[in-house]
Amino acid sequence: MFTNFMAWMDKRLPLTDAWNKHLAQYPAPKNFNFWYFFGSLAMLVLVNQILTGVWLTMSYEPSGDGAFASIEYIMRDVDYGWLLRYMHSTGASAFFIVVYLHMMRGLMYGSYQKPRELLWIFGMLIFLVLMAEAFMGYLLPWGNMSYWGAQVIISLFGTIPIIGDDLTLWIRGDYVISGATLNRFFALHVIAMPLVLVILVFLHILALHEVGSNNPEGTDVKKPKGSIKPEDQSKFKFHKQYTDKYDIVDAIPFHPYYSVKDIMGVAGFLIIFCWVMFFAPDGGGYFIEAPNFEPANGLKTPEHIVPVWYFGPFFTVLRIVPDPLFGTMAMFGAIIVLFLLPWFDRGVVKSVKYRSKLHFINLTQFSISFIVLGVLGTMPATPTANLIGIVAAFGYFGFFVALWIYSKNEKCKPVPERVSH
Amino acid sequence: MKNFIKAFIFGLATVSISALASSGGANLDHANNDLTDKESLKNGFKTYINYCLGCHQLQYQRYNRTFKDLGIEEADGVENYMYTGEKAGDHITNTMPTKEAAKWFGTAPPDLTLEARLRSPDWIYTYLRSFYIDSDRPFGVNNKVFKDVGMPHVLQDLQGVSTIDKDGNMSAAMGGSLSAEEYDVVVRDLTNFLEYVGEPSKLERKAMGIKVLIFLFIFFIVSYFLKKEFWKDIH
Repeated sequence: MFTNFMAWMDKRLPLTDAWNKHLAQYPAPKNFNFWYFFGSLAMLVLVNQILTGVWLTMSYEPSGDGAFASIEYIMRDVDYGWLLRYMHSTGASAFFIVVYLHMMRGLMYGSYQKPRELLWIFGMLIFLVLMAEAFMGYLLPWGNMSYWGAQVIISLFGTIPIIGDDLTLWIRGDYVISGATLNRFFALHVIAMPLVLVILVFLHILALHEVGSNNPEGTDVKKPKGSIKPEDQSKFKFHKQYTDKYDIVDAIPFHPYYSVKDIMGVAGFLIIFCWVMFFAPDGGGYFIEAPNFEPANGLKTPEHIVPVWYFGPFFTVLRIVPDPLFGTMAMFGAIIVLFLLPWFDRGVVKSVKYRSKLHFINLTQFSISFIVLGVLGTMPATPTANLIGIVAAFGYFGFFVALWIYSKNEKCKPVPERVSH
Repeated sequence: MKNFIKAFIFGLATVSISALASSGGANLDHANNDLTDKESLKNGFKTYINYCLGCHQLQYQRYNRTFKDLGIEEADGVENYMYTGEKAGDHITNTMPTKEAAKWFGTAPPDLTLEARLRSPDWIYTYLRSFYIDSDRPFGVNNKVFKDVGMPHVLQDLQGVSTIDKDGNMSAAMGGSLSAEEYDVVVRDLTNFLEYVGEPSKLERKAMGIKVLIFLFIFFIVSYFLKKEFWKDIH
């Protein structure tokens, strides 16, 4: 019965073929470590956001008069509305944690290097859209921090010469942030951005499966056809798209090996996620900020306007530059350099394991700088904080400059041909 | 390079220390309220209805939900907690005109449904015990936690009133119908009620959380062994 059905389907849609190509016969390096959980976890969180988002939309009212009250309606009157809302709000922060760790993995093992530049760019586009999605979503509860956070971020566009004022007017749809802004942000948050996000994730995975997964050793599991003796090749059956062109070594089918491993990763992740969601859903005031329990009020500025924690690093870069226009440029610059990372790195060795000590130090200082920038972004700006921020920003941008300089003639350790364990 | 790393660690430490320093503000007393104490919640609810609701609405919370969560029979609740002829399913509101109120108090009294989440239960507990005599203020009182607040000391009948010296030390309150300990209990119950109203599903959330985590721990162990079983041939 099932076989017949599948045969009928396969004649009309390459279902079994796609299943094999991308899961059951996809050659994944056998040595994925802890850092390789975060890709599948990001997908999990995306699904969580979409599903809980759909149900939240059923009870949410996108209007300046009704938005705040409708959130409390969800929290009080909708069955398990509080659960849906906390899953969504905790999910937003979890999304960024997972994505930052996923990007860190890419940095450590050189997963952005040739031939994975486009894969990296798709990933960065996902990150960019995710930031827009989160920013717009944060306005929707229509709390006072939502309001003033959006006010600050949108006013950044006003720093652009000549067109700035008109541009902010166009974004807001009003002279101040108002119900009109809320409505358009709602439309973008629930339809436009998620759609783009899902398409980009699709392209990200398609590009990944075209070039193949990197691994902690930075070796290639796809060797030129005919270069590996049959007994040294992986004993598993892989899809002919891969085996026609390459000899596969040190790889295992994604399914069932990584599907069961990722299920374990999901369980571990959910323990931490649910711990936060059920016992500290406002994340100590970082996931849901206290001023957001007060409705948006254009006449009452919160004591410290700081964006949600995940924008922290970029917000600090903005803030340490005294001139608003240059600050805005520096902030966007901090994202653009990430896009260009595959070209800043002129090295051929991928994994930090086999690269120079200098690279290890550079990567370490970059991670620390990023965290310092993030922490500063959640705090009020003081002269001391700005000074530390400037140092950290030098660390952040310096990473790329230094990488470009030393990677050309970097002294690396020999990379093994094969995964040894 | 080692110095470089040290400098960053030092930077991190400085950041976290200044973060601690900035989180201080006024020193708040601990409310030590207990959301599972239904009697305390009922007392707080009663105090709220009698002393607070005239000015401060709980416009997102319904009477009947409160009755249910606090273990009050609906008929009993309508009889003892509802004075102005609303229906049990109505939100806890008052009829104070906002514009007029803003004229009377300088600013309209805010809704308090989410006050405990906006400011914390400890803040409410301390605030209600921090009124002192200040003849420069319209109502003759000021507050140590919320300077120049527009609100009179509504619980003055109960607490009496304190004075403050130049160094900001408050005297014991005089002239109230309750002792200091009794007053603290009234305020703690009220704080408890406001924490409940801030998030009525809080206890349900935590109870569910424990069940979910137990399930997830078991699921994690099972998935660990499943993974091990599948991977035993991979070297």
